[in-house]
Amino acid sequence: MNFEFLFNNLPELTITGLAFGAIYALVALGYTMVYGVLQLINFAHSEVFMYGTFAMLWTVMALNGAEADGVKLIAILIAALFAAMLMSAAIALILERVAYRPLIKRDAPRLIALISAIGASFVLAELMGLRDKVAEWLGLDDNLDDYVSGARINNSMAGVLEKPRFDVAGVSVSSIDLIVIVAAVGMMVLLDQFVRRSRLGKGIRATAQDPETASLMGVNPTRTIQVTFLIGGIMAGIAAFLYMLKIETTRFDVGFLLGVKAFTAAVLGGIGNLRGALLGGLILGVAENWGSALFGTEWRDVIAFVLLVLILLVRPTGLLGESLGKARA
Amino acid sequence: MKNKLTGLPKPVKILLWVLLALFAYAVPLLEPPIISTPGVDFGGVLFTVSIYCLVALGLNIVVGYAGLLDLGYVGFYAIGAYTVAILTSFHASWPLLLAIPVGVVAAMVSGVLLGAPTLRVRGDYLAIVTLGFGEIIRLVAVNTEWLGDTRGIKNIAKPPGVGGEEGWFQIPHLFWGDGTVLLDTEDKTKFLFFGVLDQIPYYWMGLTAVILVLIADILIKNSRVGRAWEATREDEDAAELMGVPTFKFKLLAFATGAFVGGLAGGLYASRQGFINPQSFLLLFSILYLAAVVVGGQGNRWGVLVGAALVAYLPQRFREFDDFRVLVFGLALVVLATVRPQGLLPPRRTVRAKKLEHELEELEEGTGEEENAHA
Amino acid sequence: MPEAILEVQNVTLKFGGLTALDDVSFTINEGEILGLIGPNGAGKTTCFNAVTGVYRPTSGGISFQGRSIVGLKKHKITQQGIARTFQNIRLFPTMTALENVLVGADAQHSTGMLSALFRLPKHRREEREGHDRAMEVLRFMGIHRKADELAANLSYGDQRRLEIARAMATNPKLICLDEPAAGFNPAEKVELMNLIRRVRDQGFTVLLIEHDMKLVMGVTDRIVVLEFGRKIAEGSPADIRDNPAVIAAYLGVDEEDAS
Ligand SMILES: Nc1ncnc2c1ncn2[C@@H]1O[C@H](COP(=O)(O)OP(=O)(O)O)[C@@H](O)[C@H]1O
Ligand SMILES: [Mg+2]
Repeated sequence: MNFEFLFNNLPELTITGLAFGAIYALVALGYTMVYGVLQLINFAHSEVFMYGTFAMLWTVMALNGAEADGVKLIAILIAALFAAMLMSAAIALILERVAYRPLIKRDAPRLIALISAIGASFVLAELMGLRDKVAEWLGLDDNLDDYVSGARINNSMAGVLEKPRFDVAGVSVSSIDLIVIVAAVGMMVLLDQFVRRSRLGKGIRATAQDPETASLMGVNPTRTIQVTFLIGGIMAGIAAFLYMLKIETTRFDVGFLLGVKAFTAAVLGGIGNLRGALLGGLILGVAENWGSALFGTEWRDVIAFVLLVLILLVRPTGLLGESLGKARA
Repeated sequence: MKNKLTGLPKPVKILLWVLLALFAYAVPLLEPPIISTPGVDFGGVLFTVSIYCLVALGLNIVVGYAGLLDLGYVGFYAIGAYTVAILTSFHASWPLLLAIPVGVVAAMVSGVLLGAPTLRVRGDYLAIVTLGFGEIIRLVAVNTEWLGDTRGIKNIAKPPGVGGEEGWFQIPHLFWGDGTVLLDTEDKTKFLFFGVLDQIPYYWMGLTAVILVLIADILIKNSRVGRAWEATREDEDAAELMGVPTFKFKLLAFATGAFVGGLAGGLYASRQGFINPQSFLLLFSILYLAAVVVGGQGNRWGVLVGAALVAYLPQRFREFDDFRVLVFGLALVVLATVRPQGLLPPRRTVRAKKLEHELEELEEGTGEEENAHA
Repeated sequence: MPEAILEVQNVTLKFGGLTALDDVSFTINEGEILGLIGPNGAGKTTCFNAVTGVYRPTSGGISFQGRSIVGLKKHKITQQGIARTFQNIRLFPTMTALENVLVGADAQHSTGMLSALFRLPKHRREEREGHDRAMEVLRFMGIHRKADELAANLSYGDQRRLEIARAMATNPKLICLDEPAAGFNPAEKVELMNLIRRVRDQGFTVLLIEHDMKLVMGVTDRIVVLEFGRKIAEGSPADIRDNPAVIAAYLGVDEEDAS
C-alpha cells in the first residue's frame, strides 16, 4: 500500500475524485428519483448516460469541433450539451414507455421489472455496439461511416479541448475538474429546489410518499413517472457532457461500470434521497481515487463494488436515509 | 402429454425416463441432420449446452424457487473453474476428481459468505450486490498474478478415461446421406477417452452431471426445503410467521445454487484446458439469467429448454453470433412485458390460469358438500 | 385460578409520531377464547403484530407460557406455539391448499437438505406425519376436498378457512385469528363461530379479533376492548355490553348491534 503517494498528492487526488464523484452524482439522480417514485432499480439508466456521451461526441464531430476554438468552440460545446441532454432524455422516455409502463400497469413483481430493465440495458448497449451493422442493414454505412465505425472500440474526441491547469496554493488543479464539479453541484442544487418548490416536484414527492393518495389528490401518476424519467435523463445527459469533457472517450459499454458506481453512490447517500445522491457520489469519487492511489489503479473498480457491499451491510438505508417523499420542504 | 405420462405405472415411467436419457447420450452419435451444427463440432456444442443446462438448473434454484435475483452467478462458476485450474495445473497437480469437489465446496462457501450478510437486504439490492460480486471475482482474477492475471491458466487436467488412449471400445457415428443412413466406420468415438479432437465424452460427462443435479432438484423441491423456498418466494413475512426460518432457507438456496455453479465451472475448465478472466464476464450472468427467465423460472424443464436455446442457437446460426446479446436482451424485455412466466412456466401456474378460467364459468352450481368432516 | 398462557404487559408501540398501542396490558388464559375488539384503527392488528414478533414493542413486555418473547424472531415465536391468520388473506397463492398447510406443519419439522436429498427416514417420517396432520386440519375446516387445488383458485371463504387450517397445522397452543369472518354472510359467520368453538375444544387457546359485536358476544369467554391504542375495558361479554365507555366507543354503531 502506497501511503506516501496518497499523502503527498492528497489535494490533487481529492479534487479529481470530486470531479468523478460529481459525475456519479448526476447519474445517481436518475436511479434515486426512479427508485423514489417506483421502488424500481432502473438498471438501464446507465445506457441513458452512454447515449448522451455519444450524442456529445457526434455533435462535436459533426460541427468539426476539433478545428474550432474560442467562441465557436464554446458554441459547439453548448450545442453538444443540448444534444446530450436531448438524447439522454429521449432514451429515458423510451425506456419508460417500452420497458416499464406495461409492467407498472400490470403491477408486475419488482423482479420482473428489473429483468425487463436488464434486458433493455443490454439491447441499448448492443444497438450502440452494433451500430455499424445496423447502419449497413439500413444502407447508411457510407454516409455515416465516421459515426458508426469502431462500434466496439473506444471512440475518442481527444484534442478538441485544451485543459489548462493552474496552481492554487501550490496545488495543481485542472480547469475541467473545476468546471465539472461546479456545474454538477449547481445542477443538483437547482434540481433539489425544483423538487421542493415546483408543482411538478411536489407531485413527484407526493407520488413517492403514497402513490394512491397522490393520485386521489389529482396527481397524474403516469405523468409523474414520465417527468421523473425525463429529469433523470436530462441529468444523465449533463453528466455525459461533463464526462466527455473530462475523459474524452466513450464506448458502447461505458455505461455499465459507471452505472454501477452511480447506483452505489445513490445507495451510499440513501436511495430516493436527492441530497444523498450528491453526497454519495462525492464520497465515492474521492474514496475511489484515494483507494486507487493506495492499492494501485487496477483495483479502482473493485473499490466501488466493495464499498457498495459494505454499505448495504452496515447501513442499507444510506447515509442520509431514504426519502424522496419525506424530503423536508 | 405430461398428464398422460403421470397416469402410467411407475416402472413404465422409469423406463421411459431411462430411454429418454439414453437418447440424450446418443444424440451426438446420431448426428441428426438439421440440429447438428455445420462447421462447429457438434459434440462441443452439446457440451456447451449441457453446461448451460447445469448452470440454469442451479440458477433456477436461486431465482426460480427462492425468488432471489442473482446477477453474479458467473462468480460461482469462476470460483469453481479457478479452483480446479489452480489445483490441477497452476499451483498443484491434483487429479481432477479431487479438484472438482474442492472447487464445488469453494463455490458453496463463497456463496454462504456472500449470502450471509447480503440476503437480509432487499431483493433488488441483492441483485446489484451479486452483480458487484461477480465483477469483483473477475477483477481479482485479472489483477492477481497468483491467479494467472489476464494471461489465464493453461494445462488444466482432463477427466480420467478408461481403457487408455483407445478406450474400451469404439462407437461409430451415424452418417446421413441422401435418404440413407449409414454407420460411419471412419468416425468413431472412443469410450471413454477425453482427448482434444473428440468432444463427445465431455458432453457425456456434462450430461451425467445434469441428470444427477436434475434428480437432486426433484428430490429437494418435493420436500420441506422446496416448500419453504416457495413459501418464502411468495410471501416472505407470511412464511416467517408460519414458522419458516426464511433467512436460513434463502441462504441454503444460495449455497445450493453456488454448488451447482461451481460444478459447472469446474467441468468447463477441465474441458477447455485453459481459462482466463474473459470466460467470466458479467455478460454470462445475464445470459444465464436469460436462460432461466426465457425458459420459465421455477420450472426445471422450462429452464433446461431455455438453457438449450441460449447455448445452442448462437452456435447453430453462427452468422448471427454478433447479435446474440441483443436478441437475448430483447427476449428478456419482451418476455417480461408480455409473458413474465416464460415459455414453459411451472405447470401449476398454467393450471392456475386454466382453473381461473373454468371457475369463472362454473361460479354457480358447485353444490359440493363442504362440511363433511370426520 | 386459570393459568395465563400469554401476558401482555404495558405494551406501547409507536410508529414515528403515531402511538398505535398505548400501555396495553391483558392476559389470555389457557383454553379460553378471548375477544379483542375495537373500532377500525384501534390497534388490534398491531397488537397481533406485536405478539407475533412483526413489530417490536417500543416498551413493555410480552411473555408466552411464562417466557418473554419480545425480540424473538417471528418463526421462533411460531415454533414456540403462537400461530396467526391475517386480516387480508396472505396464503401462498402458487401452492396447493395441502402444500400451504404443509408449510404450517413444517414449523415443527426439521428435515433439511441432506434428509430430503437422500430420502432419509426422518424425511419420510416427517413427510408422512405432516401429510396426515395437514389432511386432518383440512378435514376439520371442511376443505379437504380442495386439498390439491391452488390456494389462489379457492373461493374467498375457503381461503379464509385455509388460513385457519394453516395456522392450526403449526400445532400452536395459542391461535390468533384476525377478523376471520370478514366478508362472510351471516350464516357463514355463525358457522365459523361454531368452528372456532370447536377449535378451542380441541385444546387450542384462541385470541379472536372480530368486528361483529353480536358474534363476539356469543363466542368469547372474555373480551378486551381497544380504542385509539388504549385498552378501555375488559371483562365478560355481559360486562362489556353494559360498559358505558364501550358503548361510547361504538357510538354510531347501532345499539341493536351491540346487544
Ligand atoms: N406499519 C405501520 N406504520 C405506520 N402506522 C401503522 C402501521 N401499522 C398500523 N399503523 C397505524 O396504527 C393504527 C392501528 O392500526 P391497526 O392495528 O391496523 O388497527 P385495527 O386492526 O384495530 O383496525 C392505525 O392508525 C394505523 O394506521
Ligand atoms: Mg385490523
